[in-house]
Formats: sequence, structure tokens, C-alpha cells
Amino acid sequence: MAQNPFRSEAEAYRFLLLTIGFFALVVAAAALNTWLGVGVFVLLTALVGWRWLGSRTQEPMLRTSVAHHGEEDERRILVIANETVGGSELLDVLRRRAEGVQEHVLVVCPALNSVVRHWASDDDGARAAAQQRLEISLAQLARDGVDARGQVGDGDPLQAMEDALRTFGPDEIVISTHPPGRSNWLERNVVGQARERFDVPITHVVVDLER
Amino acid sequence: MSAHADHAAGHHGPPIANRSSRIEATVLGMFLFIASEAMLFGAFFTAYFFVRVVNPDAPGWPLEPFHLPVFVAGVNTAILVTSSFTMHWALQSIKRGNRVGLQAGLVLTFLMGLAFLITQMLEYARIGFNPSDGAFGTIFFGLTGLHGAHVFIGLTLLAVATIRAFRGHFTPEHHHGVEIPGIYWHFVDVMWIVVYATIYLI
Repeated sequence: MAQNPFRSEAEAYRFLLLTIGFFALVVAAAALNTWLGVGVFVLLTALVGWRWLGSRTQEPMLRTSVAHHGEEDERRILVIANETVGGSELLDVLRRRAEGVQEHVLVVCPALNSVVRHWASDDDGARAAAQQRLEISLAQLARDGVDARGQVGDGDPLQAMEDALRTFGPDEIVISTHPPGRSNWLERNVVGQARERFDVPITHVVVDLER
Repeated sequence: MSAHADHAAGHHGPPIANRSSRIEATVLGMFLFIASEAMLFGAFFTAYFFVRVVNPDAPGWPLEPFHLPVFVAGVNTAILVTSSFTMHWALQSIKRGNRVGLQAGLVLTFLMGLAFLITQMLEYARIGFNPSDGAFGTIFFGLTGLHGAHVFIGLTLLAVATIRAFRGHFTPEHHHGVEIPGIYWHFVDVMWIVVYATIYLI
């Protein structure tokens, strides 16, 4: 995301100094020759754009990490799943993880939405659908003896993970997806990006609902 | 074993707002504010450049009989730019726990802002044309007047911050009441530099 130069007074002050320098050069060049002024303006604008784009790509990825929440023998598992949340493969993994420890499972269903609706802030329908999927899944987990609670998360699965990471403090993240070829999340490399972004063990579970 | 969903079941009143850590509400507010201001000034600059573009054969700019007081406006620009330095000093002072520096910085910033606004009003009174004198007159007063209105709002914010500073508000940890007007003030300065360079110099 672009860095807003007006997010703190110090950054706004730096932006002001740069603006002074920028226009001083343009005006000085324009005083010599109008077209030289235009050229300097274009050149400086291109330079600023190039620096801005360069700074965006060179920004080191800061990995989000969390401290262990709760008791010593407690294991907190964050499950990110959408349609596959009730799959047997996922339930098997959760059961294995829960053996011998006091498990706390938080299931997050991202409120997947269309781009147009997202920008129009029209996410009521997406959240309601996600809530419905979540409640069905939680009921199924409860039947299987998994102590789980759930919440609807951000439409972006990575953001939903980050939000939950800060509030829940999981020891592990389990990402459940459809098989390759049918999974939009795998197409977008959500699992790979999550491994780069979060300093928490991540397990990827493939759930084939068509079997 | 239990399973439950964290939703608003049994919650009374309006729905609980979904809050994501993607962007803080205050930063988002500043983003939207700056974006709206940029569009507002952008509309006026578009009108200004339109007036210039439709007069490609003009021997000089502005067209006769308009004359702009470049030197006086330049001095005014220097005053406004200096007020940004004192604003920055005020904030740096409170960050270091220097209350006298905060108070002095805010008072100087306010006085310089006020001097800018008074000088601009005097300039309006003596400039020799008015908003109804053609497209250039309209856009000149529109653009500089729009900026002047922003300076006035900034002065109001600064006045509140200054009074609070003298009443003992703000600490090195909590000084949002200075930082936010400071951001606004720098924005107003940036806009003036663009307005001055565009209308008076280029």
C-alpha cells in the first residue's frame, strides 16, 4: 500500500520540504525557458514516481509473530477455511493436533466478496453468507468433539489471518483449501504468502468435497 | 467441549462495526481527507490551466491588464513556510517534554498564519481587479480564496491547540491535539507552494 505522507506530522513536514525543493527547481528552470521548466517538471515527476515505485518493491517483508497466549499445555489453533471447513481431512488434522493438549480452535471464515461490492463497502451479504457457513461448520466440529469457536473475517484471507493473529495468538495456523485446480486461494498463492508473512507454523490441508 | 460463533446474537442497538487491522481508522480518515482535498484543489487548478490553455498566444502571463504582486506574495510565502518550521519545532518540543518550546512554537505559528491571512486580505484590497473581471479574476480569487479558507480553518485548529498548551494539556506521550493540526498545517503550506508557484511564478 502507498505510504501516506500525511500520517504523521514528521512525514508531512518532510513532504513539505520535498515540495519546496521540487517547485524551486521547476520555477528556476521555467524562469530560464518555459519548455525547460516543463522538462524539469516531467523529469522530477518521473524521478519521484520511480523512487516511489522502487521503495514499494524494496520494502522488506516484516513477518508478523505472536507470543503464546494462555496456559503452558494449551494449544491454540487458527483455522482459515471457507467452503472446506467441514471437510473430513480438516477434522482429522484438528483431532490429531488436539491429542494430549488442551486445544482451543478458532475458525475464521473470510467474508469473500466481489471487488465491486468490496469497494462499495457492500459486505453485508458476504458476511451473512460466511456466518451461515461458519455456524454449520462449528456445529459439525462440536459433534466431532473439537472445542471450537468462530468468527467471520476480512474478505482477504491473509488479512483475516493477520486480524485473528493479533487477537487470538495462535500457536499454529491451519489453512484449508480445495484441491489444486479448483482452489482460488491456491491460485493466488495464499498459503505461500501466509508462510512469508507470518512467523507461525502453517499447515495446509487439502479438502476434496467431491470425494 | 463446546462450539459457538462470535456474532451479534442478543446484541441490542446498531450492528457491531467490523474492524480490520488492514488500516487504522485515523489513518484511513487522513487518507480520505487528503484525497478529497486534492480533488477539490485539483478542480480549481484544472479551471486555471484551462484558462491558460485557451489563450496560447498570450505574450505573457497573466494577460494584460492583470498584474500580480509577486514580491509581496513571495514574502507571504516565506512567512507561511517559516510557520511550518515553527509548527514542527512545537511538536518536537512536546515530544521532548519541553512545554515552553511547545507554547512558543504554537504562538509563533499562529501569528505567522494570521500575518499571512491579513497580508492576503490587504493584497485582495489593493490588487486592482475583482472576481467578476473575467475568467482569470474569477479563478485567481477562487483558488487563493479557497486556500485562504483553509488557512482560516488551520488557524482555528491552532488557536485551540495553543489554548490547550497554555492550560497544561499535552504530554510527550499524548499530543494528538498538536500533531493533527500540525499535519493539516503542513498540508495547507504544501498547497500554498503549489498555488504560489503556479499562479504567481510560472
